[in-house]
Amino acid sequence: MTRFPSDALSGEVAEHAVEGLHWFDVDRRRFLRILGGGVLVCAATPAVTAAAQESGRTRAGRDLPSDLSAWIHVDADGRVTVCTGKVEMGQNIRTSLSQQVAEELRVPVGSIDMVMGDTDRTPYDMGTFGSRTTPTMGPQLRKAAAAARELFLDMAAESWKADRSALAAEGGKILDRAAGRSISFGDLARGKELVRSIDSSPALAPAAGWRVAGTSVSKVDGRAFVTGTHRYTSDLSRPGMLHGKVLRPGGFRGRLASLDASAAEDMPGVRVVRDGDFVGVTAPAAWDAERAIEAIRARWTVPEQPSEEELWEVLKKKTESGDRSQAETAGSVEEARAAADVKLSATYRVAYIAHAPLEPRAAVAEWNGDKLMVWTGTQRPFAVKDELAEAFRIPAEQVRVLVPDTGSAYGGKHTGDAAVEAARLSRATGKPVKVVWTREEEFTWAYFRPAGVIEIASGARKDGEVTSWEFHNYNSGPAAIATPYTVANRKIQFHPADGPLRQGSYRGLAATANHFARESHMDELAQALSMDSLQFRLKNLKDERLKAVLQSAADKFGWGATQPAAGSGFGIACGVEKGGYIATCAAVEIEPSTRRVILRRVVQAFECGAVVNPGGLRNQIEGAVVQAIGGALFEAVRFAGGKISNPHFSLYRVPRFPDVPRIDVVILDRKDLPSAGAGETPLVGLAPAIGNAIFAATGVRLRSLPLAPRGVPSPA
Amino acid sequence: MPSLTLIVNGSKRSVEAPSQEPLLSVLRDRLGLTGTKYGCGEGQCGACTVLLEGRAARSCRTTVAEAAGKKIVTVEGLEREGRLHPVQRAFLDHEAFQCGYCTAGMIMAAAALLESNRTPSDEEIVGALTGNICRCGTYPRILAAVRQASGAMKPEKRP
Repeated sequence: MTRFPSDALSGEVAEHAVEGLHWFDVDRRRFLRILGGGVLVCAATPAVTAAAQESGRTRAGRDLPSDLSAWIHVDADGRVTVCTGKVEMGQNIRTSLSQQVAEELRVPVGSIDMVMGDTDRTPYDMGTFGSRTTPTMGPQLRKAAAAARELFLDMAAESWKADRSALAAEGGKILDRAAGRSISFGDLARGKELVRSIDSSPALAPAAGWRVAGTSVSKVDGRAFVTGTHRYTSDLSRPGMLHGKVLRPGGFRGRLASLDASAAEDMPGVRVVRDGDFVGVTAPAAWDAERAIEAIRARWTVPEQPSEEELWEVLKKKTESGDRSQAETAGSVEEARAAADVKLSATYRVAYIAHAPLEPRAAVAEWNGDKLMVWTGTQRPFAVKDELAEAFRIPAEQVRVLVPDTGSAYGGKHTGDAAVEAARLSRATGKPVKVVWTREEEFTWAYFRPAGVIEIASGARKDGEVTSWEFHNYNSGPAAIATPYTVANRKIQFHPADGPLRQGSYRGLAATANHFARESHMDELAQALSMDSLQFRLKNLKDERLKAVLQSAADKFGWGATQPAAGSGFGIACGVEKGGYIATCAAVEIEPSTRRVILRRVVQAFECGAVVNPGGLRNQIEGAVVQAIGGALFEAVRFAGGKISNPHFSLYRVPRFPDVPRIDVVILDRKDLPSAGAGETPLVGLAPAIGNAIFAATGVRLRSLPLAPRGVPSPA
Repeated sequence: MPSLTLIVNGSKRSVEAPSQEPLLSVLRDRLGLTGTKYGCGEGQCGACTVLLEGRAARSCRTTVAEAAGKKIVTVEGLEREGRLHPVQRAFLDHEAFQCGYCTAGMIMAAAALLESNRTPSDEEIVGALTGNICRCGTYPRILAAVRQASGAMKPEKRP
């Protein structure tokens, strides 16, 4: 029997890891000098498998040094500076990580400054993806904070010559209640130059005893967002800064055949930069740069390439053979199927979709001699640093990447495209340059969530036990491909393919596609067996955590207690991914004249261990449900001849206010279990729940995402 | 380049810009008011919403010449003497954002709605904000925030 690697990250890491060029060695003393004196506690990267290692060096053929993953500094004023390579893009980790440090260090949340995603000031980090911040960075920061607290206890005991066990840490101070005295962390840190690495793991507060973690602390810098003072990358300005634009090819993989840039060159203040097929312009004002790029006449040779009509065929035909293919097998699916009472087979499809973060890709680049500084909204600052070093053939030590809290990413900002463009234009002009992609560029030249074809063949006994499960995913990815149901005979395989569009990470990765196919098919099996969808799932599940969320969602929804009205339907789906357990119920109504799907109600139950911030978690779950409406019902990237044919919000429909149903969120807080991430998995239950509800309402089984961009077809 | 006078957040600002340049880039690049965001440049997402004579306007589809001489309010101009506008307060109370990039446009669109209709129904709120995209999906919270702000504004507290 073979199994998929239990680590959910492996697929994504293999897909996106960029080999580092140089080592980043931390000179801890030097770092203390940058921050000023005080106390610095470093968290060592925990020893885990290389594949799961997102906070440390990881490439094949290199030893994993006992590198550092985070550090916490306390200065003479008692300000706490926490440095982590993770980045904030709306998932609210600036707040949730602050809470965890506050909990263990025993300081107010407001005394903490989080320095995030600055490659000169934070330790190496592979990137902010895979829902890894909460399960990995959280515990590391808690340990570092606990170690700092213990250090302050030691320092106070020594300075007072007091019994350490009689001292307590509270509110940024060490208290000696018996003697009626206290000393602040700032006073203890004053005049010190103390650097400690955590050698042993101090005891961490159990979640049941949390006082700051586990509560709904508001977004720490929320006021900056409602007053417009937060500076995103696209808002930054540098002295003498120019605005840059890049000439885009007439189609994917296009090569420049001829160029006439004379009209642009004649514009005052405009500079045209050409480097092979790269053509860009700079101007003192963004408006002028846009006019200049429009004035360039270019011809491109665009190779012939598949259009959307041929997509499914291409994905099946251009399947790569070789080592990226992964399979899980157990028993014999063929024999079990032959003996099954009910046999089904079906093909499911998911379209390419766009991340469409509201802040498009942006970067500001500034050269100082051979040193390069780039501000950019990316999920992987250290990978972008390497990308820049490679692009300009300079040592990575000469590159600094800083990530201002970003206008969302959803997996779409792993690469440094805008950073490289801004740096190239900056190098050519000798001035800082800002590049902000247009919406059309974002819809065209970013990468997409992979399209995919999924084939399932199954068998079940009359009593409802699933006995055979064969599952093939072409191109969309291996995330959550393993079934959570207990099936003795399985063959589950991911087949990477050479798809026509540039594809990459996406919030939830292929968990959305694999859950859609699996949970739709489970519904089809229940239908074929004349069983209730909920009972059929419960019968085939052994995982108690999954059963608990499924039952919770069903109870809240009133599953089985009420019947849908004519033209309406209820659907249910569940799953587990990245340590999060999810169940979703949906109620839909089909508008009789247009056959349009109206989503009336969603109940979603979620369990991710001990909840760090219930308010933030609820926000993520609601937001994920809303975002998932788009991919479920109407989002699809359309393309032909190497061009995207719907690169505008007027043509690529995303969920808006009227699309939002009543949403009830049920959170199961398991304080006895480690916290898992929650940014992605709440996305995966909606599409199958809606598909199953549409079937219940109409008898029409839809097996492609988006399900009903132009309404539900009438039954044949 | 013509010199134009803009009345932004109660102050007269003189700016040199081509008359056809969108108000959005004039505010952001020439006046340093970066709270107003670029989201699409086509009037489809609402991130660039400002108040023009008290009404919601897409600053990406408004030329600077059209805006000259009219009263413009951006998100930076809502606070009064350190006190947040009720809509800003309500967005904070309901944490009606995630990445925050759509927030300024949402707040300006909501403020414009409440200028003309102090007690909008849910349908009227949805109708007024349907042109604004929140890709993070915080619409239910935004709706709740606008409801709260509507309640807070009922006694004619603010102009």
